[in-house]
Amino acid sequence: MNFVELFERIDATTKTSEKTEIIYNYLQSAEEEEKLLGIALLMGYKLKRPIKTTDLREWAAQVAGIPLWLLEESYYVVGDLAETLALVLTKDNDSRPFYLRPLVQDIIMLQKQSTEQQREVIESYWSMFSGTSLFLFNKLLTGNFRVGVSRKLVVKALSRYLTTEEPVVEHRIMGKWDPFQESFETLFQEEISQEKHFLPYPFFLAYPVEPNFFEHANIEDWILEPKLDGIRGQIVVRQGEVFVWSRGQDLMTDKFVEFQVLHTTLPDGTVLDGEIIPWKDGYPLDFQLMQTRIGRKQISKHNLEEVPLVMVCYDLLEWNGEDIRGLPLHERRRLLEELLKDDFLSPILKISTVKAFQSWQEAELFRISSREHHAEGLMLKHRDSPYEVGRKRGNWWKWKADPMTVDGVLIYAQSGHGRRANLFTDYTFAVWDEEVLVPFTKAYSGLTDRELTEVDQWIKRNTLEKFGPVRKVKPELVFELAFEGIGLSTRHKSGIALRFPRILRWRRDKIAQEANTKQDLLTLLNTRNESNR
Amino acid sequence: MSLLTVNENGLYCKQGDFYIDPWRPVKVALITHGHSDHMRWGMQHYICHHHTIPILRLRLGFDQSVQGVGYGESFEINGVEVSFHPAGHIIGSSQIRLSYKGEVWVFTGDYKIEPDGVSQPFELVPCDHFISECTFGLPVYQFPSSSSIYADINQWWRFNAQQGYNTVLYGYALGKAQNILAHLDLSIGDIYLHGAVANVNEALATIGYSFPGVHLRSDMEKSKIEGAVIIAPPSANGSPWLRKLKPYREAMCSGWMQLRGARRRRSVDKGFPLSDHCDWRQLNDAVIGTGAQKVYLTHGYEDNFSRWISENYALEAFVLKTLYNDGMEEAE
Ligand SMILES: [Zn+2]
Ligand SMILES: [Zn+2]
Repeated sequence: MNFVELFERIDATTKTSEKTEIIYNYLQSAEEEEKLLGIALLMGYKLKRPIKTTDLREWAAQVAGIPLWLLEESYYVVGDLAETLALVLTKDNDSRPFYLRPLVQDIIMLQKQSTEQQREVIESYWSMFSGTSLFLFNKLLTGNFRVGVSRKLVVKALSRYLTTEEPVVEHRIMGKWDPFQESFETLFQEEISQEKHFLPYPFFLAYPVEPNFFEHANIEDWILEPKLDGIRGQIVVRQGEVFVWSRGQDLMTDKFVEFQVLHTTLPDGTVLDGEIIPWKDGYPLDFQLMQTRIGRKQISKHNLEEVPLVMVCYDLLEWNGEDIRGLPLHERRRLLEELLKDDFLSPILKISTVKAFQSWQEAELFRISSREHHAEGLMLKHRDSPYEVGRKRGNWWKWKADPMTVDGVLIYAQSGHGRRANLFTDYTFAVWDEEVLVPFTKAYSGLTDRELTEVDQWIKRNTLEKFGPVRKVKPELVFELAFEGIGLSTRHKSGIALRFPRILRWRRDKIAQEANTKQDLLTLLNTRNESNR
Repeated sequence: MSLLTVNENGLYCKQGDFYIDPWRPVKVALITHGHSDHMRWGMQHYICHHHTIPILRLRLGFDQSVQGVGYGESFEINGVEVSFHPAGHIIGSSQIRLSYKGEVWVFTGDYKIEPDGVSQPFELVPCDHFISECTFGLPVYQFPSSSSIYADINQWWRFNAQQGYNTVLYGYALGKAQNILAHLDLSIGDIYLHGAVANVNEALATIGYSFPGVHLRSDMEKSKIEGAVIIAPPSANGSPWLRKLKPYREAMCSGWMQLRGARRRRSVDKGFPLSDHCDWRQLNDAVIGTGAQKVYLTHGYEDNFSRWISENYALEAFVLKTLYNDGMEEAE
């Protein structure tokens, strides 16, 4: 299997099990010298774009024998430049063989070449390839090659191919490495089955609570904690080193630099389980801020000050080098409190709050208003529970808050890019501010294909104005939007920003005048914040 | 004064006082083919190709007043000479040629030049005024040859069957379904049909067409359906009807599948760009081939295609706004 086939086969399935199998087959059968590069590309290894896309468009139009405006119009319909170029340049003849390594090297070389040289190289590739090969070449050339597999999937396939545990593979491929400098041997073979002091424990995960749970459960047997919205993680301190693992079993030590000093305060042989969240001045910050921080390649001092991270710890899995997962929760919790007791100097480890409620009714009241307490519900853990492996029913449950909702009026629409080219699927919604509609959020997902088509046709018939790809439409359609959080924002005209906005349903029963107001949103925001004071 | 104009009812010939593929009820309607954006309900009198009649009866009922004509036969309506010519789009599909006082007009309806082995192949009709659809009138729509697509479909079916999967192919019940059925490799496995497809095949059987495949009924035993191919209309995508067919992989057969985005939005495993319309190259060939000096574009990317035609060839090109293009991806 070569890289083109790998891409085609991954592209033709949505099932993760099949994707893993395909990558595994690729590892078994691909040429040795291209394999590692192929894997690097699947995991997001990016080439610098060596060339101006305006040049590419002009050259492609000339080669295809069409005017530039027609290529631009086609691009507008397709929504992806590499794909557009591949389609207008397509030929009936078969593609020449696709050798990944020299091809990528040629693209890297382009950076140092004159425009004339660049054009010559690119046009010769264009004349060699058709179909998927042509598409992939353009994708790599424009620097936006992407494929629908997660890093996790690649790790899974590698683990199977190398017969090595996933966390070990994960550890091996952490950080930056250059596929042209490394090989499978240098990356994976050396001292492979040595000590594994960096490994976390498998996470214990909770199911959503089942309605009949409350019929039998005695609240005194349960430890209830606010469910925080962060990244589930384990901090491993062993042999004078610190490792931070996220729940996806990704090694995140590089991203969470504040924890790197913990080997100086925590004893060797400590493993903590908890939620990593951004925290400042006594309160959690918006989750989105952490996402942005994680996304950065370089974390600046400024980022560290703006978005400091803490771990709210709720479990202790290893204590003095001893695996204590079998102890009952209330004992692990006591040891955890003991361990963190002396740590009041360090602001980066907090201990999760245990809520004391008299009854499930009282707990329910907290759950409903949990967003006012910066939580997204409650965690219910049996006080005698061991720390189990994977997602299990019985001892741990999550009891989530309901999403907040608002009715908004559709005012702008934009056609989707790529996967939804040709169809208006990106919507902007507004709420009433006195007599005026002010836009307050965008939302994409949530409608069925049938509804999407129907709304798309409605938009085409009810366009008031066009600005580029954006259509302003008659303010008539009302949609119920759900979201998980709300905050003030200077970037939005309405001054409000929603977290995870999504379309819940189309309210055909409502007219525009019945949509919510900006005041409604501000009230929601204030009730949430008042509880902070 | 043009022989054909568009008014609120549809494409109108004033001299002959008749319409072609009208979208509102009128007295006399000439129908190019049986797709719902062209053959609508409520006309007092329909004139269409003989092979469109069973479709018309199936979709509009038996009590309609219909007159069938053959390809190439000409007749007069109020002094306008009318004839139907093969459009190669689906069974019975026709271009309609009008001639009056030495001036010849042709309306293509929907058409394709590449033969599909089922419908009578497209015939190039010389004319002065050429009204052409342009569903795929952009250079990104250059389809692979249909023989290579048929081969891909069969290969994929065989691959799925070997892995114990059923194969669901979505295509319009009228046209695409028969196009696919005529090219399936019967040695691979069994063929089942969604009711909508079975009904069309049954109607076509009355005029002598026969296609493979068994109507998949609700009382059929699930265990018997293994490694089979099932032909269903696109509307069956995501419907509970499919449950019986598990495990299956699904593919959409449509020219729109040329774009990755269109395929992903359908959330199918695969897309085959098998089209019953002209692609970019065929459209260019047809426009040049007719010898027409005036070309009218409709039903697709008419703005872009007409600009291209008038800039690239020494022809006058116009945009004709019709309702045939309502709901782009759904209409064929
Ligand atoms: Zn049509
Ligand atoms: Zn049609």
